Amino acid sequence: MFGFSALDLARIQFAFTMSFHILFPAITIGLASYLAVLELCWLRTGRQVFVDLYHYWLKIFAVTFGMGVVSGIVMAYQIGTNWSTLSEYAGSILGPLLAYEVLTAFFLEAGFLGVMLFGWTRVGPGLHFAATCAVALGTLISATWILAANSWMHTPQGYAIENGRMVPLDWSAIVFNPSFPYRLVHMVLAAYLCTALIVGAAGAWQLLRGRDHPAVRKMLSMAMWMILAVAPLQAVVGDFHGLNTLKHQPAKLAAMEGHWENAPGAAVPLLLFGVPDMAQERTRYAIGIPHAGSLILTHSWAGQIPGLKEFPREGRPNALIVFWSFRIMVGLGLLMIVLGAWSLWLRRKGRLWNTRPFLRFALWMGPAGLVAILAGWITTEVGRQPWVVYGVLRTADAVSPHGAGPLAFTLALFVVAYFFVFGTGTAYVLRMIRKGPQHVDLQRPTEGGPGEQRTPMRPMSAADVGTDDGDDGPAGPAAQGR
Amino acid sequence: MGIDTSVVWSIIIFFAVFMYVLLDGFDLGIGMLFPLTPDKRDRDTMMNTVAPVWDGNETWLVMGGAGLMAAFPVAYAIILSGLYLPLVFMLIGLVFRGVAFEFRFKAMEHERHLWDKAFISGSVLASFFQGVALGAFLDGITVSGRSYAGGPFDWIAPFPLLAGFGVMIAYLLLGATWLIMKTEDQLHARMVRLARPLALALLGAIVIVSIWTPLRDPAVATRWFSFPNIALLAPVPVLVLVAVALLLRSLKGTGAQLPQRLPFVAALALIFLGYSGMAISIWPHIVPPAISIWEAASPPGSQVFTLVGTLFILPVILMYTFWSYWVFRGKVKSDAEYH
Repeated sequence: MFGFSALDLARIQFAFTMSFHILFPAITIGLASYLAVLELCWLRTGRQVFVDLYHYWLKIFAVTFGMGVVSGIVMAYQIGTNWSTLSEYAGSILGPLLAYEVLTAFFLEAGFLGVMLFGWTRVGPGLHFAATCAVALGTLISATWILAANSWMHTPQGYAIENGRMVPLDWSAIVFNPSFPYRLVHMVLAAYLCTALIVGAAGAWQLLRGRDHPAVRKMLSMAMWMILAVAPLQAVVGDFHGLNTLKHQPAKLAAMEGHWENAPGAAVPLLLFGVPDMAQERTRYAIGIPHAGSLILTHSWAGQIPGLKEFPREGRPNALIVFWSFRIMVGLGLLMIVLGAWSLWLRRKGRLWNTRPFLRFALWMGPAGLVAILAGWITTEVGRQPWVVYGVLRTADAVSPHGAGPLAFTLALFVVAYFFVFGTGTAYVLRMIRKGPQHVDLQRPTEGGPGEQRTPMRPMSAADVGTDDGDDGPAGPAAQGR
Repeated sequence: MGIDTSVVWSIIIFFAVFMYVLLDGFDLGIGMLFPLTPDKRDRDTMMNTVAPVWDGNETWLVMGGAGLMAAFPVAYAIILSGLYLPLVFMLIGLVFRGVAFEFRFKAMEHERHLWDKAFISGSVLASFFQGVALGAFLDGITVSGRSYAGGPFDWIAPFPLLAGFGVMIAYLLLGATWLIMKTEDQLHARMVRLARPLALALLGAIVIVSIWTPLRDPAVATRWFSFPNIALLAPVPVLVLVAVALLLRSLKGTGAQLPQRLPFVAALALIFLGYSGMAISIWPHIVPPAISIWEAASPPGSQVFTLVGTLFILPVILMYTFWSYWVFRGKVKSDAEYH
């Protein structure tokens, strides 16, 4: 079909459904922790501003979580439906890791989510806070298991091959595989950054519109502190992760650098721009800083890293994609550091709330975290090709025995369904963000304890108020975002 | 040790899928009952009875899949690639239905009907294709070596399609009896009226499957009708009739004796019986008719590693799941204040 093989279609389908999915957990990991912090601040200070922010972001969390759950169920089944050879070959190792994710994380999130979203008037404040923390903890545990499984596929160890399939030998070696700590920390920080950028952008947008409330100031301020602290930290962690990749996946690193070969004794430049050409085996239009690549990657003036030509042609990842996705990620990361530093400078001068260029910059940086996560994910996943389990099982050998026809059909189905469903969901989220934090009455049950008040104050959706009563009216631009 | 972990795992997976059928069964049923309850306020109430718990209900489906992959990777690979299209249709249904819970209340008035339709069609799609997948699975999966060897449309056959409708009826009954337990007044009365024909339809479906299965598969016939199995299995049809009788009787009350919990409990019993009957028929195969649980088993290292955690964590999960249902216990009233 259009010259695509079944393998191509299975890969496109996985990449498509995965890139949608990864964004929702990234936001919910960050938002769940943010909500826990907000509720804790409220319990300690009793200030209304924290309750208002909690309920504002809770609604956005609920929609995002819903989208994450449904797209996640698709992922859980796609490994079996589209990659059955991988499931059969490596299932004895990947299966237990995913089973532990469900047991320790999914059920924890699901079990307490109902109380977190709808239990405000049904359980006491302490118990409600515990539910929020349980959900936040669940999102982090979930990330831990998923990244253990994913990292193991990048840097497999602790296994043997018996009767044509992988058999676990040492579970601690499998879980704590060489790239796992770097990948986990990098991803969790990315989720926090991504959420902080969205929260910050929401605050900046409200301020630009002249809605200067204490709650709006509070969320902008909290987000900027977070970015200030985490963005530089992320750069350091990313550097360590890069060194780890150099050690375990040198072909990926060579592709990230657009580096083809070493002349004897020559230093590796740091390429800022270039167009890696897989056919001609060189990077065209390269503009670089001499010696900088050696300094960063080997911490020496003329240290060398393997070039792509040292790997057989069929063992090289697509350098053009990896080179540029990596640069997009790093570029956005640098802009995040700038944003954090600028916020600190303005805060010192007391002008954080009314410097319009800064607020506009914070607004435009809103989606930067999401884009950087996608770019980073493309870097690492395209970079490991042609392997699905690095050095052990090739992607081409992992696919299910389907014809191209059914795969093309289901791909079309997913594309239509995802754009409709998640497009609408994004429009709803933007509408809710635009509405801004509202004053929330602290209605706790006055009589009885948990479960006594049987009548909900309003329909039990976390979106307790329709978004059509927003002050922009139903004809606002995002309202037609479908 | 003497413990056969493959047997333990097949019981755990049996349990997880059963929990899924029970729990997501009634909330999928609610989606299919939407067309029969056009009143907007009733629909809000129906949605509100499951909004806090549906996510947990659906997690059992993921547990079934992950458990299968961990303990029986060969079966996971064969079943999921063999049932490819029905499963993808089911997933698409679950996507639309799952987001409808949140989107419906966030949509503007004039577009809410779209999410009602998404909720209805998603529930129908997911339920029907779960049944089709189940039917195709029971019908037997063509295997060569360790991989699926059938075609993409093998599931288009009379038995899987019948199973699709059977599962829809089962979920509709679960949904109706759940709402009898959770609602009041005219919605309650409407569900009581619906439950009777649904119970009879489900009984009919069970009878058809029970006659069809042994006729189709001599191995099942031998298992069911040879001694001593026939004596051991004889209570199953008897209990099915008892459950139906109990269900129909419990729907009759009036005044202070209005039907409440009993219809739901009877419906659960009925579905448990049907589900167990199927499990007994295929045991010990995990990919009928070719592969047994032992042939599909992952290495002991994988089964034991996962089992240790499961046996500790599963009871805890059941406890807080129960707690969550407890927090939201009682009737959900229609809300006069909704704008």
